[in-house]
Amino acid sequence: MTPDHRQTGRLWRSPEPRAGYDAVIVGSGGHGLATAYYLAAEHGMADIAVLERSWLAGGNMARNTAIIRSNYLWPASAAIYEHALRLWEGLEEELGRDLHFSRRGVLNLAQSTHEVRESVRRVDADLLSGIDAEWLEPEQVAELVPILDTGPHVRHPVLGATYQPRAGIADHDLVAWAFAAEADRLGVDLIQDCEVTGFLRDGDRVTGVRTSRGDIEAPRVGLCAAGRTSRLAAELGLRLPLQSHPLQALVSQLLEPVLDTVVMSSATHVYVSQAPKGELVLGAGIDAYNGYGQRGSFRTVEDQVAAAVELYPVFAHADVVRTWAGIVDVTPDASPVIGPTPVEGVYLNCGWGTGGYKATPGAGQVFADTIARGRAHPLAEPFGLDRFGTGALVDEHGAAAVAH
Amino acid sequence: MLLIPCPWCGPRDECEFRYGGQSHIAHPAAPASLTDAEWADYLFFRDNPEGLFTERWFHAAGCRRWCDVVRHTADYRVLTSAPCQGGPSGGGEW
Ligand SMILES: Cc1cc2nc3c(=O)[nH]c(=O)nc-3n(C[C@H](O)[C@H](O)[C@H](O)COP(=O)(O)OP(=O)(O)OC[C@H]3O[C@@H](n4cnc5c(N)ncnc54)[C@H](O)[C@@H]3O)c2cc1C
Ligand SMILES: [Zn+2]
Repeated sequence: MTPDHRQTGRLWRSPEPRAGYDAVIVGSGGHGLATAYYLAAEHGMADIAVLERSWLAGGNMARNTAIIRSNYLWPASAAIYEHALRLWEGLEEELGRDLHFSRRGVLNLAQSTHEVRESVRRVDADLLSGIDAEWLEPEQVAELVPILDTGPHVRHPVLGATYQPRAGIADHDLVAWAFAAEADRLGVDLIQDCEVTGFLRDGDRVTGVRTSRGDIEAPRVGLCAAGRTSRLAAELGLRLPLQSHPLQALVSQLLEPVLDTVVMSSATHVYVSQAPKGELVLGAGIDAYNGYGQRGSFRTVEDQVAAAVELYPVFAHADVVRTWAGIVDVTPDASPVIGPTPVEGVYLNCGWGTGGYKATPGAGQVFADTIARGRAHPLAEPFGLDRFGTGALVDEHGAAAVAH
Repeated sequence: MLLIPCPWCGPRDECEFRYGGQSHIAHPAAPASLTDAEWADYLFFRDNPEGLFTERWFHAAGCRRWCDVVRHTADYRVLTSAPCQGGPSGGGEW
């Protein structure tokens, strides 16, 4: 992806870390950058730093397939993802930059009678939550996606699909760089090559972080470290219900336009969109095993390509030119964990797993508010760590599983 | 691609297996007496190390038996594999 050419010069300073800040955010993925932006823009907290162990937005933010939608099942999820989608709808204006936000719609195929029932139920639930959702019969699916084989001979025949017209994609790099540039402009220090290795504490209260570039004092610390959150939490003696998994994606060479929407198949673990330049972008489910290696197994690539070629016979002419992986932090209910922790001043934003890109502005705004006010934002309340003890899970496996 | 040494069948391609997550999670002896936190810990909380991890694999397309595998979660090296016994791992260098 190319930088925004209207911009000249550097998008952000690269300052040396100072001895202390009002707050530090750990991790400069989309969530960390958005959190810093909203802290500065909406809470007047500009004395903050975002600390990044590697380069800015080079983790899952650079590796995701950029799908944005809000058609989740439960009211708690619908509320936070729809909040994010509304922010996406005004984000280019808010940040003053082109983000290639394209509302091209997302279809989630139903390929078994169980999936049909579950999908129709989700459409109904979404309508009650005020989210645009439609159930499409196979003929309507065929009309929207002519290259999709909707015939009965397919191993898992297409029996219909849920459709969210307002869903779509946006360029993940442009989004990260826009949040970074605006946060920097508001005075936030973005510090790369600065790994947080531990915490400074005064009893049950955090007073700062230990980093590869020295100690930094801060009474508030927000964790936005995605797949590496368990490691940080372990430094606090905090055990989290997270498992880190590789999640892979791939692209083809540049092709003529054949697909102008996003289509996901949970049954066969493959989803696809076509980027503006022309490459097909394909994603899969997670690799089953735990992994921090930012790479997965070839079987996942093979399975997803086999599934894709059966659903879209024309793809047999395409080549895989590049595959890659990120490390995603998966929770038992496929919903995020957001809110305070037992350590005063430490706030968690994690567990977004395979689907946190779409939440970027919403997660950032909600998390910034949570950090600034020292309590969970109302939209974050259902997503506290305590839900695993009370049993009030927000089970989104049906809406989230392979579908990002 | 992982090459997983099944204690009974020998080294086999990962695609013959199913993953079973962390090994040696014992079912609580007296579930009814657990606190909510203890029950949550049993159901939902697992180790998530960057490093050596003892995990279960099920040889679904082979002998259909479970084994405990010690694998490194950063470089994915497989160190040992042994029949799943529920006891502490370490035995049976393959
Ligand atoms: C292949 C793939 C496809 C995906 N597709 C989609 C999709 O289509 N739609 C969707 O909604 N979601 C998708 N996701 C998920 C989405 O990318 C993530 O949920 C989201 O990016 C997580 O938030 P983030 O951007 O802040 O994470 P990241 O970009 O991973 O940011 C975390 C940052 O923290 C840094 N960090 C970690 N530990 C430390 C430390 N100790 N000190 C300092 N810094 C640290 C990391 O280096 C990293 O930069 C996909 C993910 C992958 C991998
Ligand atoms: Zn075997």
